[in-house]
Amino acid sequence: MKILVCISHVPDTTSKINFTEGDTKFDTSGVQFVINPNDEFGLTRAMWFKEKQGASVDVVNVGGAETEPTLRKALAIGADSAIRVNVQPTDGFQVAKQLAQIVKDGGYDLVIAGRESIDYNGGMVPGMLAGLIDANFVNNCIGLEVEGDKATATREIDGGKETLTASLPLVIGGQKGLVEESDLKIPNMRGIMQARKKPLNVVEPSETSVQTEVVKFEKPAPKGEVKLVDPENLDELIDLLHNEAKAI
Amino acid sequence: MSVLVYIESEEGKFKKASYEVASYAKEVAGMMGTSVTAITINAGDTGELGTYGVDKVLKVNNDKLSNFNAEAYADAIAQAAKKEDTSLVVLSQSANSKYLAPLLAVQLEAGYASNVVALPESTDPFTVKRNAFTNKAFSFTKITTDVKIVGLAKNAFGLKEAQGEAAAEDFSPNLSDEDFTVNVESVDKATNKVTIADAEIVVSGGRGLKGPENWGMIEEMADILGAATACSKPVSDMGWRPHSEHVGQTGKPVASNLYIAVGISGAIQHLAGINAAKTKVVINNDPEAPFFKAADYGVVGDAFEVVPKLNEKLKEFKEKNA
Ligand SMILES: Cc1cc2nc3c(=O)[nH]c(=O)nc-3n(C[C@H](O)[C@H](O)[C@H](O)COP(=O)(O)OP(=O)(O)OC[C@H]3O[C@@H](n4cnc5c(N)ncnc54)[C@H](O)[C@@H]3O)c2cc1C
Ligand SMILES: Nc1ncnc2c1ncn2[C@@H]1O[C@H](COP(=O)(O)O)[C@@H](O)[C@H]1O
Repeated sequence: MKILVCISHVPDTTSKINFTEGDTKFDTSGVQFVINPNDEFGLTRAMWFKEKQGASVDVVNVGGAETEPTLRKALAIGADSAIRVNVQPTDGFQVAKQLAQIVKDGGYDLVIAGRESIDYNGGMVPGMLAGLIDANFVNNCIGLEVEGDKATATREIDGGKETLTASLPLVIGGQKGLVEESDLKIPNMRGIMQARKKPLNVVEPSETSVQTEVVKFEKPAPKGEVKLVDPENLDELIDLLHNEAKAI
Repeated sequence: MSVLVYIESEEGKFKKASYEVASYAKEVAGMMGTSVTAITINAGDTGELGTYGVDKVLKVNNDKLSNFNAEAYADAIAQAAKKEDTSLVVLSQSANSKYLAPLLAVQLEAGYASNVVALPESTDPFTVKRNAFTNKAFSFTKITTDVKIVGLAKNAFGLKEAQGEAAAEDFSPNLSDEDFTVNVESVDKATNKVTIADAEIVVSGGRGLKGPENWGMIEEMADILGAATACSKPVSDMGWRPHSEHVGQTGKPVASNLYIAVGISGAIQHLAGINAAKTKVVINNDPEAPFFKAADYGVVGDAFEVVPKLNEKLKEFKEKNA
């Protein structure tokens, strides 16, 4: 089985979010970038398929040279090789188009992506990719087994979960649950050494178009001070929630 | 030309989020000078939709669609969009709608904006405001394709009643075997429980509650308020509460009207998932807890004293206002 894991390179969750150039660009100064958390779960699940079922695992990112440390980290975790499509991501469709080309060229059976990235939170790429390559698609995936060309996936739904079956090729939008958090793989020294020698292929983008453009960013208005209520006077809290906030 | 809105139902019934997308579609249709057509799948009576501005309903009734199936549902909606010559499709951001939206976007060659939080800034060019960076910022996104899809974030617009009648019409999309290649084998779902996704009020507990045996008072509060229960990540990691209750950046998102956090410190990853809740209340014995900076109302006090007292008062309030 050939697996492709899509890696989105995102600001660490504790990053300060600021914008430059008249609020049109994300300010990356001082920002630490990491593998998108949803993709980390997917990558560790892919390593399981590699160890238990002899799958090959490649990782891919659509982005500039600045994302290479993130791809190297994925190699250190255990991926066999990495691909970087050399273009700045601008919208979900453009990224999905680039990934579709990679999947076609590489003949992948299983594509593991994340439910959403924590930067633009589009939740678009995996579904669009599946649509473009005519593969089956399972979103919010919290469990995945593959036997031959049949996959059994668990999907989180409101108030529970459901089990789905589908044949390969399959794209999933994965999330926490795909593996236990305590099982998440982190690079060790040996992995880091090996990663230096693994291939990281840079490919030029295929032709594409965009469907959406970010015009500008805005930060939320600063929040007012919290109103503190005396624990001896909880009637006031109920009054505020009822009359002021209209929440109860 | 009309705006097409996909109205979800569960066991034939509509939810509040369904009326919210209808209200939004009506308002945008007004800006664009057109009408609203809804598509429903295996819904019961659709008369109510007129009250929220829907002019016409395309009713799909098909046993093969009794389980949600993203591919097949997307196909049905795409066919409705083509039939109506739609330039805008509006849908909610429920887990199911988020699942099918990108598939629909590919079928319609439509640009899709997810997590939209307001009416369009303008409809020509079509520019919408969206949540980004896990609710730490907004982006204004222009959709440049002829057909556009908007995913409206829950509770971002609210309900707006309109005078109207929705004329219902049967609609039978052509579904092929190709639409049914991902199949549901089994469903494991708690019934009779308010889910975090649907709840208007969410009551959530953190590590400050010391142990699973102390959740009685949280469940009691949820009961009184008709709320869903939730928890912080360490609480579900330690197995005090089920994983399905974990909210935050790596857990379920919360966009309820009210979020009550008890014994939760307010770490950035927790707040990332609950920032979209309208009103936030924190109960914590540490006045320095970061949650106080993010909350609207706060009580500095011991949860084991405050919560039982508050529950009594809430009960009285509910009895009076029943
Ligand atoms: C990548 C990443 C992702 C994460 N994702 C999430 C996520 O999705 N959701 C999430 O919740 N966390 C997440 N976390 C963890 C997060 O950083 C915090 O560790 C976590 O939210 C803390 O949970 P807590 O507030 O319950 O516990 P604590 O931080 O231990 O806080 C307990 C609070 O209870 C108060 N308290 C104690 N006793 C009482 C009492 N008697 N009465 C009232 N108050 C009391 C204390 O003052 C304290 O503020 C993530 C972390 C990382 C690194
Ligand atoms: N630039 C990118 N390169 C590779 N994969 C990506 C990229 N952007 C998004 N993805 C994948 O798509 C998932 C969902 O991203 P999004 O649609 O942006 O929310 C991520 O978790 C990744 O797996």
